Amino acid sequence: MSTFTELIDRNRIGRARQRKSTNALMLSLTALLTALALVPLFWIIGYVVVRGGKSINLDFFIHLPRPMGMAGGGVLHAIEGTLVVTLLAAVFAIPPGVLAAFYAARFPNTPLGVALRFSTDVLSGVPSIVIGLFTYALMVKTMGHYSGLAGGVALAFLMLPTIIRTTEEMLKLVPSTLREASLGLGAPEWKTSLSVLFPAAANGIITGFLLALARAAGETAPLLLTTLGNERFDLAQIITGGVQAHQSVFQIIGRIINQPLDSLPLTLWKYAQQPYPERIDQSWAVALVLMLLVLTINITARAWIQVRTRRMKG
Amino acid sequence: MRKNFEKEIQHLKDELLVLGSVVEAQILGSVESLKKRDLDASRRIYETDDQVNSKRYAIEEQVMIVIATQQPMAHDLRLLASILEVSGELERMGDYAKGIATVSIRMGDEPLLKPLIDIPRMAEKGADMLHRALGAFVHEDVEAARAIPAEDDEVDGLYNQIYHELMLFVIQDAKTIERANWLLWVAHNLERLADRVSNICERTVFIATGELKELEKHDKK
Amino acid sequence: MKMEIAESVFLMAAAVESPAKMIVRDLAVFYGKFRALNGVNLSIPTRMITAIIGPSGCGKSTLLRSFNRMNDLTSNCRVEGEITMEGENLYAPGVDVVDIRRRVGMVFQRPNPFPKSIYDNVAYGPRLYGIHRRSDLDGIVERSLKSAALWDEIKDKLHQSGLSISGGQQQRLCIARALAVEPEVILMDEPASALDPISTLKIEELMQELKKDYTIVIVTHNMQQAARVSDFTAMMMIDDARAGRLIEYDATNIIFTRPKDKRTEDYVTGRFG
Repeated sequence: MSTFTELIDRNRIGRARQRKSTNALMLSLTALLTALALVPLFWIIGYVVVRGGKSINLDFFIHLPRPMGMAGGGVLHAIEGTLVVTLLAAVFAIPPGVLAAFYAARFPNTPLGVALRFSTDVLSGVPSIVIGLFTYALMVKTMGHYSGLAGGVALAFLMLPTIIRTTEEMLKLVPSTLREASLGLGAPEWKTSLSVLFPAAANGIITGFLLALARAAGETAPLLLTTLGNERFDLAQIITGGVQAHQSVFQIIGRIINQPLDSLPLTLWKYAQQPYPERIDQSWAVALVLMLLVLTINITARAWIQVRTRRMKG
Repeated sequence: MRKNFEKEIQHLKDELLVLGSVVEAQILGSVESLKKRDLDASRRIYETDDQVNSKRYAIEEQVMIVIATQQPMAHDLRLLASILEVSGELERMGDYAKGIATVSIRMGDEPLLKPLIDIPRMAEKGADMLHRALGAFVHEDVEAARAIPAEDDEVDGLYNQIYHELMLFVIQDAKTIERANWLLWVAHNLERLADRVSNICERTVFIATGELKELEKHDKK
Repeated sequence: MKMEIAESVFLMAAAVESPAKMIVRDLAVFYGKFRALNGVNLSIPTRMITAIIGPSGCGKSTLLRSFNRMNDLTSNCRVEGEITMEGENLYAPGVDVVDIRRRVGMVFQRPNPFPKSIYDNVAYGPRLYGIHRRSDLDGIVERSLKSAALWDEIKDKLHQSGLSISGGQQQRLCIARALAVEPEVILMDEPASALDPISTLKIEELMQELKKDYTIVIVTHNMQQAARVSDFTAMMMIDDARAGRLIEYDATNIIFTRPKDKRTEDYVTGRFG
């Protein structure tokens, strides 16, 4: 009876050769499939860049739209609108989202904790247009007009599940010994959460927030029913006008958020449907801007985390 | 558990028994060669003492290695410390045998003062006590170990007898003092041997109970 | 048997001329219906090092965590019996748990510095108690780091992250952090088990220094460490009902040279299991 070594000793060279060729085959197959998967990504990016790039100029970014037939004009209103609406969404979504996540992570088995997790899952599955409709009924109808405020609320609903889920996951990843160390020194629970757990999970929480933000920036459906659109929205004008009229900060902010707003995705949707070739070109340009915005947010998120991690590890 | 460790301990015990049997043979052989005036045998005994010494050092070194590598505690620690002690005692007993052989060699062609009767009896008794004490040590037999020191009385008794006998010789004829001295020295060595056997018995009790104390003897010196 | 241990424990504490810092009376700890610890009677002498040893799962950590009520954090944990520190029962109703945790500090198995600077790690405790003036904190931080034998190594790096130093240094940082609130007792749960041998020896030397001012209780599965470092040793084991029990408690020298209980003997000579 042959031992293992004797048995495998036969044809050692042949097997080695076969191993090498199988390796090479698998490697090339994987590379090929990866390239295939990347094709749509680069195709889209390339197409948008080419198609939209020619309409990009400085005017595009700093001017409001001009009527058809006139040269120049831009989408400043949409850019500012997107900024306002996503900022509002962040302000509305982060505090309750983070606090809810802390509660769910700390007390997962209580009725409230279970309900929280369940509702988060349900909310994340609700179609964005339904959220838009809901916000319409909740705010637009009661207020009597479309507004950036309503848009912010709608987007906040969209961002909430992502923020809660990511924050909760990140908190669960913090080793329990950190919490115990803090409690062992005599710290109350809330201080432990604030001073120890939150900074420890901050990296992940920020990522979650930025991902949610990137998604919200690109949403169209909820904004259709809440902000409507406003081609004459000029942030600079509102601010300077308000200052000159000696209005308080609150009044100026009120004026900003209490009127209909446009946003990049909304503008894209509108322009793409118009019969004017210039508008079509501009819609491609908007697509490019939107893509760049989302890309920038993602890259910033990653860079921030890298810097923080490096600083933490010393 | 700790099979390796158990093996090492068993090996050490075996080595101790080997050393013990060499020492026994040395004692009996040295007295026999003295009785028969066999100078060659005495010289061989004298030289064999080197072996006794090296065996003792080998045992000590091995004990050190086991302590360093096995971190013995409690009973095991007491056992290993006692093996160190006992190998030292055996080495000294070997020196007694060497001393007896030296006496035989120094006497050279001179005849014995008197035929040896009690001295060989002391040697046999001592060697027998040693044999049993080592057996008790290696088997950790506390009962046996406690009983042996009492037999020292017999050895002491023989020593006193020899002492008085030799004193009588010297009183009657002062010129016999040197030869009487030789024999007294031999008897003295054998008496000390039996004392050392008691130490070995104390160690056996220590291993089992953790108490180190003198065992019952009846000293009538 | 239980009574004998209880009596001998109190007698010995008196004989050793070291008053008992903490006394455990009939302590039993339950997780729900499961009894994890049963009938423990023990006294922890002041300014000495007491080691708790025993096989895995025998309740050593549960016992240790009872001393600073960290078991409270585990849901459905119930405690019967009492632990008194200089006369006050730590488990009396209405007792201030935060204050207990200040007076009885804890160092854990894996070094767990906060993701903050070294300075902020040590200052965390004092800040909890309202000390915010820079000069006060500077003093406390320096004293604590010196007591933990870490000051010289990191005095120029106080503002670097607590995670940027080596494992052994991190553990000493955790000790400094615990010392910053001036506890009376320091509990250590296998403090060196995650460290290399040299760091382990440094921690052991540190313990010998610390015991001049603090009472130390250490749980360790490393018997040689318990033998090297402690003055008294408590041997624990699981009984048939799977509850942890105190088997023997005596001076360390006795436990490791002539223990009284055969189970202790089997454990320290490595013939257990």
